[in-house]
Amino acid sequence: MNTGEDRSGTGAGAERPELSCPVPLPPGDRIQLGHGGGGRLTAALIRDHLLPAFGDPELARLADAATLEVPGGRLAFTTDAFVVQPIVFPGGDIGSLAVYGTVNDLAMMGARPLALAVALILEEGLELGTFDRVVASMATAARRAGVRLVAGDTKVVERGAADGCYVTTTGIGVVPPGVEVGPERGRPGDAVLCSGPIGVHGVAVMSRRAGIGFDTDLHSDAAPLHDLVAAGLAAGGVHALRDPTRGGLAAACNELAQASGVSIVLREDALDVPGPVAAACEMLGLDPLHVAGEGICVALVAPEDADRVLAAWRAHPSGRRAARIGEVRAGPPAVWLRTGLGVHRPVQVPTGEALPRIC
Amino acid sequence: MRFVDEYRDPHRARLLLERITAVTSRPWTIMEVCGGQTHTLVRSGIDEVLPAPIELVHGPGCPVCVTPAEVIETACRLAGEREVTVCSFGDMLRVPGAGRDLLGVRAAGGDVRVVYSPLDALAVAEQEPHRTVVFFAVGFETTAPATALSLLEARRRGVRNYLVLSAHVRVPPALEAILGAPDTRLQGLLAPGHVCTVQGLDEYRAVVERHRVPVVVTGFEPVDLLEGILACVAQLEEGRAELENRYPRSVRPEGNPAARAVLDAVFEPVSRAWRGLGVLPGGGLGLRADWRDHDAEARYTPAPPAADDGRCRAALVLTGRLRPDACPEFGTGCRPEHPLGAPMVSTEGACAAYWHAGRTRRLAAAP
Repeated sequence: MNTGEDRSGTGAGAERPELSCPVPLPPGDRIQLGHGGGGRLTAALIRDHLLPAFGDPELARLADAATLEVPGGRLAFTTDAFVVQPIVFPGGDIGSLAVYGTVNDLAMMGARPLALAVALILEEGLELGTFDRVVASMATAARRAGVRLVAGDTKVVERGAADGCYVTTTGIGVVPPGVEVGPERGRPGDAVLCSGPIGVHGVAVMSRRAGIGFDTDLHSDAAPLHDLVAAGLAAGGVHALRDPTRGGLAAACNELAQASGVSIVLREDALDVPGPVAAACEMLGLDPLHVAGEGICVALVAPEDADRVLAAWRAHPSGRRAARIGEVRAGPPAVWLRTGLGVHRPVQVPTGEALPRIC
Repeated sequence: MRFVDEYRDPHRARLLLERITAVTSRPWTIMEVCGGQTHTLVRSGIDEVLPAPIELVHGPGCPVCVTPAEVIETACRLAGEREVTVCSFGDMLRVPGAGRDLLGVRAAGGDVRVVYSPLDALAVAEQEPHRTVVFFAVGFETTAPATALSLLEARRRGVRNYLVLSAHVRVPPALEAILGAPDTRLQGLLAPGHVCTVQGLDEYRAVVERHRVPVVVTGFEPVDLLEGILACVAQLEEGRAELENRYPRSVRPEGNPAARAVLDAVFEPVSRAWRGLGVLPGGGLGLRADWRDHDAEARYTPAPPAADDGRCRAALVLTGRLRPDACPEFGTGCRPEHPLGAPMVSTEGACAAYWHAGRTRRLAAAP
């Protein structure tokens, strides 16, 4: 240290400034930029925090890419970025959400998920405790979904350049031979099934949002759906599947209607809107049809198979409240809600950002 | 949900519809004043199943819609100031002012935040004492007490960096302007139940006496609205013009004295420009002189009067002279994602109500 007047070595004990030999401080309890630098801190983060949590031998090789044996069938391949705020919410956190979100995107194509790759973008200053919680819940979610976590990457950006933690999950799965589902396969006459109550995840997250916060007992419904989907597929006649995440049931049904070139008519009295969801939507001026779920899916099913698929879903722990909520008709692509007065009201996709950063 | 489900009961609604049909013998034109009522009517499809002779005209009861462009421009200018944070309700962010909106100002680096209550804006001011936090206050007599309360709290807690830009408006002067217009077609009014919950019935009794039209204080659920319409049509058919309270579960004759006291402590009636109606004497609520230290209009220069987008016919829509779907821009040049005017933005705007209920040519083919 140069104080402008060289007093070092003068032996004036107490007066002597501390030597500033650059011995690094221990990393402490927060993420630092160095954790993303590719050096020793990065290696320590991977060795001490990530590998033990995921415990996958392929990941532990720390190779540039994972290599996997793939069973027969068509490969399903998807990626999804998660920016949910707050990171931790009732019933989950960004880690479990990122696993289930991508697993479910694979499931909606009828695929059995095989493996995930995870990219983490961390903000300098993120508490290591929060980071560990996210990683642990990601590992737990992957185990619950029976999917391996085989590759990953971590980057750190300056404080203020991100909001805590962003997660991107990329997934591959295999569609078993004979399974043919896709959003374009809905046909007039199909029954519309929904596997559970709508809007739960969105309201659970909103209830903890700064500036909105309200009390509710709701927990996010985030859950893997591939097992439920497989049970439905085994019952036969499933043409199209979609999970109503961002944009809710309204967006999911509109996407299916567009892709299949059909009209979808939903029955208001058949929709399962839990009381707390209805109450929160009332208060926030939202339509429950626009609010995300993360553990439900919609299916367009051949009418003759609808009861069997419904029974299979209801026998599954994730589908106990499954219901038939409407039907597919010939007509220009649109979604309609038949109200209690017998009037048909169009169900539109939400405009803009009523519920930003819900997943 | 108690107090909600029973007022959405389809069976009760159908019975009321039958009774309305039974008492209606000739055409009647009725205005529902509040935008919240418009949304329920259009959303549930009541206006489509009413007997044909009854025409519902949508009123000016959307505070976001009647806020003139120059006030929004003032808020945009404030948000552009380096030391200023502007807080407002989400609806306000997308309403076009003089060529720009608050959302655009935020994207360009201005500090604009969405709050659900003025007390949240006050909390921002408390947490960030070095910034000037302006709550851009919109709303009728229903929301003004909450704004007033935030100011009383600010003074009590000594929060000096909290200001209010008041665009609060009062309903009765607007009703005077609409009913007093020489070309008015209105024969009855459904009065706004929530405003009456605060203000009580006296101001509306005065409207009945001056204009000899039935005024029925009405709620916001489908059954509420059908009850209001039935009461109004029954009066018209019998040649009566009376004040009737069909929202007694919320409205008391004297209103809410506590809310009124808070409101009166902070605000006083002032002349205010309404989009579509021009300057209305007593049409707004301004901060009283002893609240100048919290009044954004006293601290900053307001923007000069600004013209709306010439293509937006909000003035005609807000006064019940033009149905949203009769506007040539509706659904084509003007949609929620690129609105020409406030009625297409606000959750209480008539144009947005029509849009979200699919009253467009494109979607005319219902099953």
